[in-house]
Amino acid sequence: MPQVKFIEFNGTEHNIDANNGDSMMVVATSNLVPGIDADCGGECSCATCHVLIGADWQAKLGAANDTEESMLDLNPDRSAESRLSCQIIVSDHLDGIVINLPEFQY
Amino acid sequence: MSEAVKLTEDPYSIPLENINVSDPNLFMNDNHWGYFERLRKEDPVHYCEDSLFGPFWSVTKFNDIMEIEKDHDAFSSEGGITLGDQPEDFQTVNFIALDPPRHDVQRKAVTRVVAPLNLAKLEPIIRARAIKILDDVPVGEEFDWVSHVSIELTTQMLATLFDFPFEDRAKLTYWSDMATSGALNGGPTPEPVRRAALLECLEVFTHLWNERVHRDPTEANDLITMMAHNPNTQDMDPMEYLGNLILLIVGGNDTTRNSISGGVYFLNQFPDQFAKVTNDLSLIPKMVPEIIRYQTPLAYMRRRATRDYEIRGKTIKKGDKVAMWYVSGNRDEEVIETPNEFIIDRITPRHHLSFGFGIHRCMGNRLAEMQLRIVWEEILKRFKRIEVVQEPGRTQSSFVKGYTNLQVVVTAK
Repeated sequence: MPQVKFIEFNGTEHNIDANNGDSMMVVATSNLVPGIDADCGGECSCATCHVLIGADWQAKLGAANDTEESMLDLNPDRSAESRLSCQIIVSDHLDGIVINLPEFQY
Repeated sequence: MSEAVKLTEDPYSIPLENINVSDPNLFMNDNHWGYFERLRKEDPVHYCEDSLFGPFWSVTKFNDIMEIEKDHDAFSSEGGITLGDQPEDFQTVNFIALDPPRHDVQRKAVTRVVAPLNLAKLEPIIRARAIKILDDVPVGEEFDWVSHVSIELTTQMLATLFDFPFEDRAKLTYWSDMATSGALNGGPTPEPVRRAALLECLEVFTHLWNERVHRDPTEANDLITMMAHNPNTQDMDPMEYLGNLILLIVGGNDTTRNSISGGVYFLNQFPDQFAKVTNDLSLIPKMVPEIIRYQTPLAYMRRRATRDYEIRGKTIKKGDKVAMWYVSGNRDEEVIETPNEFIIDRITPRHHLSFGFGIHRCMGNRLAEMQLRIVWEEILKRFKRIEVVQEPGRTQSSFVKGYTNLQVVVTAK
């Protein structure tokens, strides 16, 4: 099982064995990692599962699609590290990924 | 325009094709529920050929609404988000009624006012006002909750967001009501009265704009200063400025106001839920989104198809108007368990349609939730009972789902 590390804004770490095929949003919410709201339930249409992922891991994810891009773009605090966790699917090549949570969701 | 088909108490008594859920009387009399239930069961994507607003499609199931809302290429918001079309000679434009890319840059110009850090600053202000308003209600006597509490609280908040002269704040409520109650949208306000009110609004806000142009945008945090200094909004023409003002006024006013009133009403209808929250105040943050789902303060949003679109075996033709009925999707039993029950501790209470989804999702949704949370925290500190003593009056509108009055008697703790 791939390992995923979520780091809350206050620095608290959560190391989780994730199931291939789940979205990172589902991994976080089903393991009670605080800081992700996911109002729309994984439809890429609310942007309340916003996370920050460093450049090295971003390279392995591939670019955001148009829908994710349009939702991310509504966030005035968007950074180069911003992604929506409902759009990132767990797989073996993401073993060890580090995902930072923002201070707030919009 | 021909005579609208008379809708009766029994939604199954007329042919499907005669159902017109956009009739404002249905909402004023609170008998729309059965019609939507029938449409969800028998004809979830329904064509109404003849209404006050001309022909339109109704989409009534949760997941179908989500599908349409997400596809902003196939379903445009340009031209307006209500079924009634704007008159040619009085077109107010605003960003909710624009498609990308103009929508995105205008929305971003004002989003920061509801950014989480700003909300944290607003919280103590909202709480102090809620305390004042609730301390002033006449305990033990009958009074109107809508005007005493719901309107006061939301209007004061709105005045703060605009940094609008506080003593004139009742004007914000008046303009908000005029903007949504126009005859062209099936409401009681004659068109000339609506226009005059909105032009007065524009005039007052133009004075404020001219004053805010000189404010330092790094220090001032109000919506007008933000718009006056952002390159994407600083050159708006007057009708575009007016359009965005109305959007922000209505968005920040009617919706929260009616959810505050709705919560009181629902907790009377479901006294077991009132007992539950009284015994465990930590449930308030979960109760708030349930109030917003159950109220659904805006019944629908409109789109217009930009191409032919197949859904559930029907073809929505290019150019057709489509109403996404949030009020119906929020009661869709295939997505929400026992949807007609008001349950304050649902597992995923925010999974509702009231804020919309996709790029037009309500930007003030966290502010709305915060206001409701604070007001309920303060209510439950003070009152052991809020008794609704007669059925509320309801707004004559199929768009704004609200209350004109709600008579209550409160009992102190």
